[in-house]
Formats: sequence, C-alpha cells, structure tokens
Amino acid sequence: MTVHFKQDEPDNSNRLDGMKQGVLGKPLPRIEGLAKVTGTAPYAAEYPVENCAEGVLVTSTITRGEVVAIDRTTVLSMPGVIAVVDDEKLCTRAAQGTANEAPMQGPTQVCYWGQPIALVVAETFEQARDAAKHLNVEYREEEGAPLDPGVVEPEEQEDETVHQGDLVYAMAEAAHSVDVTYTTKGHASAAMEPHAAIAEWDGDMLTVHASLQMLNYNISELADALDMEEDNIRLISRFVGGGFGSKLGISEEVVAAALAAKQVGRPVRVVQSRQQVFQTVMRRSETTQRLRLAADDNAKLTGFGHQALVSNLPGETFAEPVLQSSHFMYGGQNRELMLNVARIHRMTAGSVRAPGEAVGMPALEGAMDVLAEKAGIDPVDLRLRNIPENDPEEDLPFSSHKLAECLKQGAEAFGWDKGPRKPRQRREGEWWIGTGMASAARVHNISEAKSRVTLKADGTALVETDMTDIGTGTYTILAQIAGEMLGLDPKQVLVELGDTRHPRGPGSGGSWGAASIGSAVYVACKAIREELAAKIGTSEEELELSAAKTATGESLTDLLEGKDLIREGHYEPGDIEDDYTASGFGAFFAEVRVNHYTGETRVDRMLGAFGFGRVLNAKTARSQCIGGITWSIGVALTEALEFDPQDGHLVNCDLAEYHVPVHRDVPDLEVVLVEERDGAASPIQAKGIGELGMCGGAAAIANAIYNACGARLYDYPMTPDRVIAAMPD
Amino acid sequence: MRPFQYTRAPSLAEASHLIAGKDALAIAGGTNLLDLMKLQVETPGRLADINRLGFAEIEDTDDGGLRLGALATNTETAVHPRVRADYPVLSRAILAGATQQLRNKATNGGNLCQRTRCFYFTNIDQPCNKREPGSGCGAIEGIAKLHAILGTSDQCIATYPGDLAVALSALGATVEISGDKGERSVPVRDFHCLPGDTPWIENVLKPGEIITGIVLPAPVGGTQIYRKVRERSSYAFALVSIAAVIELTDGKFSRADLAFGGLAHKPWHDQRVGDALLGQPPSDTLFDKAADILLEDARGFGENDFKIPLTRRTLRAVLTQATEDAA
Ligand SMILES: Cc1cc2nc3c(=O)[nH]c(=O)nc-3n(C[C@H](O)[C@H](O)[C@H](O)COP(=O)(O)OP(=O)(O)OC[C@H]3O[C@@H](n4cnc5c(N)ncnc54)[C@H](O)[C@@H]3O)c2cc1C
Ligand code: SF4
Repeated sequence: MTVHFKQDEPDNSNRLDGMKQGVLGKPLPRIEGLAKVTGTAPYAAEYPVENCAEGVLVTSTITRGEVVAIDRTTVLSMPGVIAVVDDEKLCTRAAQGTANEAPMQGPTQVCYWGQPIALVVAETFEQARDAAKHLNVEYREEEGAPLDPGVVEPEEQEDETVHQGDLVYAMAEAAHSVDVTYTTKGHASAAMEPHAAIAEWDGDMLTVHASLQMLNYNISELADALDMEEDNIRLISRFVGGGFGSKLGISEEVVAAALAAKQVGRPVRVVQSRQQVFQTVMRRSETTQRLRLAADDNAKLTGFGHQALVSNLPGETFAEPVLQSSHFMYGGQNRELMLNVARIHRMTAGSVRAPGEAVGMPALEGAMDVLAEKAGIDPVDLRLRNIPENDPEEDLPFSSHKLAECLKQGAEAFGWDKGPRKPRQRREGEWWIGTGMASAARVHNISEAKSRVTLKADGTALVETDMTDIGTGTYTILAQIAGEMLGLDPKQVLVELGDTRHPRGPGSGGSWGAASIGSAVYVACKAIREELAAKIGTSEEELELSAAKTATGESLTDLLEGKDLIREGHYEPGDIEDDYTASGFGAFFAEVRVNHYTGETRVDRMLGAFGFGRVLNAKTARSQCIGGITWSIGVALTEALEFDPQDGHLVNCDLAEYHVPVHRDVPDLEVVLVEERDGAASPIQAKGIGELGMCGGAAAIANAIYNACGARLYDYPMTPDRVIAAMPD
Repeated sequence: MRPFQYTRAPSLAEASHLIAGKDALAIAGGTNLLDLMKLQVETPGRLADINRLGFAEIEDTDDGGLRLGALATNTETAVHPRVRADYPVLSRAILAGATQQLRNKATNGGNLCQRTRCFYFTNIDQPCNKREPGSGCGAIEGIAKLHAILGTSDQCIATYPGDLAVALSALGATVEISGDKGERSVPVRDFHCLPGDTPWIENVLKPGEIITGIVLPAPVGGTQIYRKVRERSSYAFALVSIAAVIELTDGKFSRADLAFGGLAHKPWHDQRVGDALLGQPPSDTLFDKAADILLEDARGFGENDFKIPLTRRTLRAVLTQATEDAA
C-alpha cells in the first residue's frame, strides 16, 4: 500500500522530537563503515561476474571534427582482442544531473579533445588498454574551435537575469562602494572510485553494476540511450566511492559496457582510467565574476551587482549557477545580476559539489570583506547588518534563517577579534598570520522520493529504495529515522539501497538526498504507526514505541501476529517550494599563515558554524561539514584544472598534478552545528548539508591571507606565484 | 600496458647484459616506471628486476664519508642515523618528497633516474620531443607552470623533478656506476644532462650501465637546509627548491654550497653563486647579488615566469635562515 504525502504547508509538528527513544540525531557510526574499510563492500567494478570481458574507451586526439574511419583490423589481430565497438549509440559525454534522457550520442562527431569515440573489448584489461592505444582512427579535423571563454560572444542565461532599480546610480551615490572582478579556475570532483560499469544481458534483460548517484534518473537515461524499456533494465549501485556530482548522470562507460556486452554476447566491464575520468566526465566551469556592492554610511547595502561568465560545450544546458545564493543572500534594492555562458570546446562542464555557490560565494564573500574594510567596520558586523528580512528579489519569506546565529556562535567559538581590521599585524619569523571570515549559503533542494518500509513479524524492519549512499551516511540515517519511528534499535533496521528493483528514491545530489528520502521513510513509518496504534485502540500521535514495545508493554511481534506490515511512503514537495525561499546558512572563520618569502599559505585552524535544519546524525553531518571545509581549502589554495591553449585538453589529469588538499593542508577543523527545525524544508524539518560546508569557505581563507600579509587577491586558487605577485614589499 | 618479458637478474653482470639491449629497462621500486608503462610512455619489451642484486646497504667509507646503496630505499636513507646526523639536508630533501608509502618503495638509484612530470611527456597523444624525437614540444606553447627557467633549449623545457639529487648536488656526492666496461664514478653535478638537441638523454648512463651506489664525502657540518616551495604542503613536486650547506666564520660566509631544484633539466648548481657569498658578511644586498648571478640567464615561458622572483625570494629566505641559525 502506498501512502502519498504532498507537502503544501510547513510541518512544524516536529513529530520526530516526540519519539521515545531519541536515536535520531545521535552520532552513530556508519552501518557500512566496517565493510568499507575491510574491503568487503563491493564497488561497481568489483562484482564477481563470470566470463567477463574487459572494455577500454578510446578517446579522440582532435578537438573538433569527425571520425572518418576506424581501422579495426590491426587491433583485432592483437592478442586477446575480441571486438571494437563504435556503435552510434555510444555516448560522447556524461549526462547532466537530473537530465532523465540520454546524453550526447554519436561517436563520429568530435567536440572536445579526449572525447570517447569507441570501445575496445579484450580478454584482459591490459590487452584492451594496449589495443585501445593502438586503434588507428582517421579524422577530418575542423580547425579553429574556440577554447578560451574570454574570446567568444557569450549567451545570456535569461532566467538568471535581474534588473531591479538602478545599480549604477546606487554605486555613484554610495557612501562606500566596491567594484571588483574575481576569477576561479575549473575544478574536478576527484572522487576516489573511478567511473566503472559491468553490463550483463539475460535475453532482453540488462543488468548493470555501475557507480552512479541517482538511479531514479539514470535508469531513464540508460533506457533512452539504448532505446529500451526501463522495465528491462536493472541498475545496481550499492556502494559508491564518492561522486561529488560527477556521477549524477550516466557517463560514457555505462552505455559502452551495455552495447559491448550485447555485441560480444558476454558480460563486459568498463573502468575509466583516472586520466579518462578527469578528461571525459565533468569539470566545474572556470568563472569570471564582477561584484558591485554599494552601501550607505551605515554600511547597509543599497546596491548589489553580480555578473558571471562561465563556459560549456555547445549543446549543453548546464551553466554553473554562480548567482544561486546571490539572489537572496544580502539586501540592496538596486540589483543587477546576470549569468553568461561561453560556448567553447573544452570537455563538458557540469555539477561538481555545490555547483554555483562553491565558486559564487567565495567571490561574493571576498567582495564583502573589501566592503567591510572600506566602511571601516568588522566584517561579521557587516554581514549582520545586511541580512534581509525577506528574499530581496522574490519578496518571499525565508523558511528559516540561521545566518545571524551562525555568525555569532561561530565568532564566539573561534575567538574572533571584533572591530575594524588592519592587515599585516602579526608576524612569526617568516610567516604572516591573519584571520578571515565569510558567510555560507547553499539553496535547499528537495525532491520527490519513494521508499518501502516493512515492519517484519519478527520485530525487525526493512527499508528499501533505489536511493544511493555515496559515502554520506544515507544507510545510517535511514535506519535511525525508521528506528526512531518504529521504536527499534537502528541495528534492527536493514536498509537496502542502490537497486532499481526498489521504489524510486530522489538520488544523491544537490544535498537533497537525506531530507527527501528521509521524508519518504518518515511517511511510510507514520502509516505503519497508524496501523499499530489502531491495533491497540489509540492514535498515532499517542502511540509510544521503544525497545520494540509499546508504552503499555505489548511487543511489536505480538501486535503483528506473524504478519509483516508493509507501507510504501511517497513524498512529494508541493506548494511549499513556491511559498518560501529555503537555504542552509553558515559562517566560516579561518586563521592562516602566509610565508613572506615564498607566498605559501597554510591554514592553521578553521571553523564552520552551520544551520541546516534538523541534524539527523551528528557524526555523519559533521563529516559532511569537514569534507566541505576541506574542499574550501582546495578552492582557496590549490585546486585548478589547467587546459591546453592549443587544443583545449585538460592537462593535469591525475591526483598527483590536480592538487586536492592533503592531510598536512587540513588542520583540525571545528564544526558548530546550529540546531534548528525547518518545517517548510521537509516534514522531517531537515535541510541539506552535503554541500554547504564549501559554499564560501574559500573566502574566509582569502580574507585571512589579506589580513595576514596585505596581499588582496581576486583570483582563486591563491597559489604562491599569485601571492608573491600581490604581496606588498 | 604492453606485454613484456620479466627477468629477475641473478647478477650484476647479467643485469647489465640484459639491459644493454634495445627495448630493455631495469626496474627497482617501480614507482615511476610502472606508472609510465601503464600510460605507454615507457614500452620496454624486457624488464630486468635488479632488486635482488645486493647493493642495498648504507655503509661508512674509509675517508669518513657514507656510501648509499642504489637499492636502499628512500625511507631507509632518510632515517639512517648517520644521514640524519651528518647530512641532514639529504634526510630533509627525501622526506620532502612524495609520500611515506612511495618512499618506502622508491630506491635511491631509481630516484636519480626518475623522469620529468611534464604533462605532455606523460600524455602519448601529445607532441613531446623527449618521448618522441622530432614530434615537437607541447609545453613551450602550452601549460608550462612546472617547467624550467634555466638551461632550456628550443627542443625541451622540462625539469628534473626530484628532491634527493638536489641535496646530493649541494653535498658534492658521487654516483657509482657499473657496466660491461667496468665501473666508474661521476659527480652528481655531472650526472644529469641539459636537454639541448637530445632531450631524451637525461643522464650519462650508457646502455647496460647500472647505478650501484652514491658516495657522500666526509661530513662538512655547517647549517644544512632543504627548502621546498609548493602549493600544497605534501605530495607535490617542487615549484622551486634549494639545498644549502652554509657556514659562517667571524660573521662571514666561509662555506656556501647551494643547489636548486625545479629550475632546470637537472639539479642546478652554479659555482659562481656560492663563490659570490664567500668571504662576505650576510646582507640582503649580497643575497640579491647571488640571485642576480644565478638568474642571469633565466628565461620564463609565460606560465612559469613566477619562478624567477620566487627563486630570488626563496634564496633570500634560505640565506637569512642560515645566517640566523649560524648566529
Ligand atoms: C605521486 C608521486 C609523487 C612523487 N613525488 C616526489 C617528490 O616530491 N620528490 C621526489 O624526489 N620524487 C617524487 N616522486 C618520485 C619517486 O621518488 C620516484 O618514483 C622514485 O624515487 C623512483 O624510484 P624507484 O626505485 O621506484 O624507480 P623505478 O620506478 O623502478 O625506476 C625509475 C627509472 O630508473 C631506472 N633505474 C632504477 N634503478 C636504477 C639503477 N640502480 N640504475 C640504473 N637505472 C635505474 C629505471 O630503469 C627507470 O627508468 C613521486 C612519485 C610519485 C608517483
Ligand atoms: S618540455 Fe620536454 S618533456 Fe615536455 S613536452 Fe616539451 S619536449 Fe616533452
């Protein structure tokens, strides 16, 4: 039986707080943690499949043009080689998140250097890799593909454009104004597990083990790519070794494995090499952002301008949503926002953790620091003065707004020195030391979700959905929600994820996973509770369950009388989405040291305070925050994709040369969880936390660099070369 | 990876013989070679595993120096009590490189022979004169942030990426080599070559020659510093590095042995730089003069222009630190 709940009104009943056990929110360790660290949790490529052949993608060595001919004879005579697949259904790009349809197909049309154009299948991986490198491909190259976002006429993303009042006038009249341009470089998701798939056919039935974030969309994308019915496809992604956006949509290896398995009549595994993952999946676009801030003599914003230029391939709908939180972050009645996208022939740009705010907030929060300095006030104070009552563009109320609390609690916990600030005040030996802060914001997303919950006759429970756990803790929080609602120890709740045989979840993406699927589980459990309450002649509201018993001592097993109780919860966001502006908020504080001679910057300590609705598990939530702050360090100091100016290929395509922060770059990070309940966010009063931790943190570091050594930089990442160029003598 | 024949060399002579042929390479720790084989940058038909040949000892020499076996690992070398006590610049240089796991496997000989990290060298679908003579140099017009500013040629602007050899160069160590024509010794400072018109030749080893050891001279004392500048604080190659052995007597430099990493196709040693310091009292003006000499012929390729000021600043930092430590 399916119970459908469409949320049109805020739910401030906070039902989960009324439960007896209080297991929700507890810092329980991850259910699957032991399996993962002992290597017994199989990832996509690790499923033992008999008679499996190995496929390796062949990628283009031109930037734009056509594949005229492929000489398969040479490689087919190489040892172990079984087939060359160049089916027109092969995908040449990964699907964008929530695309729900096949990504670009047709491998003869080349649009970027490194694009997949064929697959070589052999008995062993080494044979396939060798043959893939030897495949002779004849191209007709089209010269002159634009590669530099700065030189093409960009397209305006009109739905992002805001003209409100007169910003130019506000800037001219302002007591304090800032007009600065920031740049950010491209980023990679750099998930540990490479993209991989094993495809197996049984007649017309296709089973694919893959590493994907959103099976509910991925199944439609794959069905569309192969021209099949969804019912004939089963996708399995029980464990995903990180996604960070790069596995939102199906990528090239999934379709290639399916086509190859059909062609050679046996299972085929395709694992992308690290270099291929970097070069063919998704990049976060580089950005150029102009910020204009006008303020009156009380440092209240009167004007707000944010224009951004991003890039993508022709034919892609995704444009890094740089302005996403800028629309509502601060007041200022004169507003000018615009997002432009340049069509260039670098690899596909798409979602990388916190698309939009990950780069938009560091620019905005850098500019706010410049404004605080000009206005001669404390940067925390500047933020506090400019928190808007309502969404300044839509005139909607906020569902909840914890920015002020985060700023205050964060400043307190960090030991922030209040008052106007002056750079270059503290030096220890070669090192300048300084502090900086920034606000955090990440829009709250929520999505339709289904989950089946079975309260078993033996007094245990089963939760089933095709939702994924990409390392975030989904298994654990769902066991906690169901355990809390049903009066069970979470250990008594078996959670089965990542299989399209189960009801459709929301997928892991946009930080919406926990709130969305958690709500579906909540809806199902509530229905089960109603049933149980009826059995003992009480109401669901009155029903108290703990330790698998009711308050009056009846055990669940007795109540169930040998029968399982099954409910499917179907959660759907309704009008609630249009009636409120919903976002997670937070604040970052950082202390850095900058080497006077070499410009090297190291973060000494960093703190983030975040408000994101109900905390479902204090440990996994904190982990998400720590991960986010770590990414902030990468954005601020080290991470940058470098593209060749001649052919647009991504040059630093491995983990030795794409510099994510390493342990030594990450000090002990402090996280302050600012508890709140947001009834308009979801019926479990939770918002997302997967991305908030990196939405602005880079600016806290950038502002600390300035405070430390007086180098005001406008280009991320702030590498030694840039720091020494901007360092005063 | 292409199929290859693997032989565990039973003796040095046999190993020399095995790798004298075309298409054959020695493998030690494999931390560099195997990566390059997977990328098909290196495609040897035969591999001679030299790991069981002995020469893994670290032992005193008659004149009070130290002999590092070519097969001793980087970790064993860095933590050796005599290395730590008498040649701290070497210990620090090693520990500034790679990661613990890599250093546990990496050997001293392999470290000297590691190949450049140039992005175009490691991508076989890009032009590279070093990998494929005559195909062009992708880096000169491309992304050259890591690349050299000294001793470049119009054929190749790659750097030697290692740390260990930079310290060895400052210490004036010697490489011991064995081949079918017998044994010879080459100063580390002369071991690596500049790219010139033959960028594929990176060092003086001839076909069949194997490094058996590295000899450190008797300890020289002084203040020993290894300074490695990089974006992230571990697991990254040097933008610029400096190995320094410095001594001051009566307030004047009496020893100034300096070598530089990240600047050239070899660890860079310019006798004139140290000489300019000798007999002089430390001062910022003096440090700048030394930098002027070092960087006289330096040339950037756009992206790596910053290495010129960065080297100057880092040299100032190192000499300032050495002066303070000595005082
Ligand atoms: C991600 C990463 C980061 C790294 N970072 C650093 C760093 O920061 N600093 C640094 O210095 N190094 C760094 N390294 C390089 C590392 O130090 C080298 O890979 C290692 O020292 C090579 O030693 P090996 O024994 O593994 O050599 P192998 O890989 O076995 O061999 C390398 C080459 O040397 C030849 N060779 C090996 N031994 C001999 C011998 N005795 N005589 C003649 N030829 C020989 C081989 O034929 C081969 O061509 C890094 C490596 C990686 C993978
Ligand atoms: S710099 Fe040297 S190694 Fe790099 S591409 Fe040019 S020739 Fe090859």
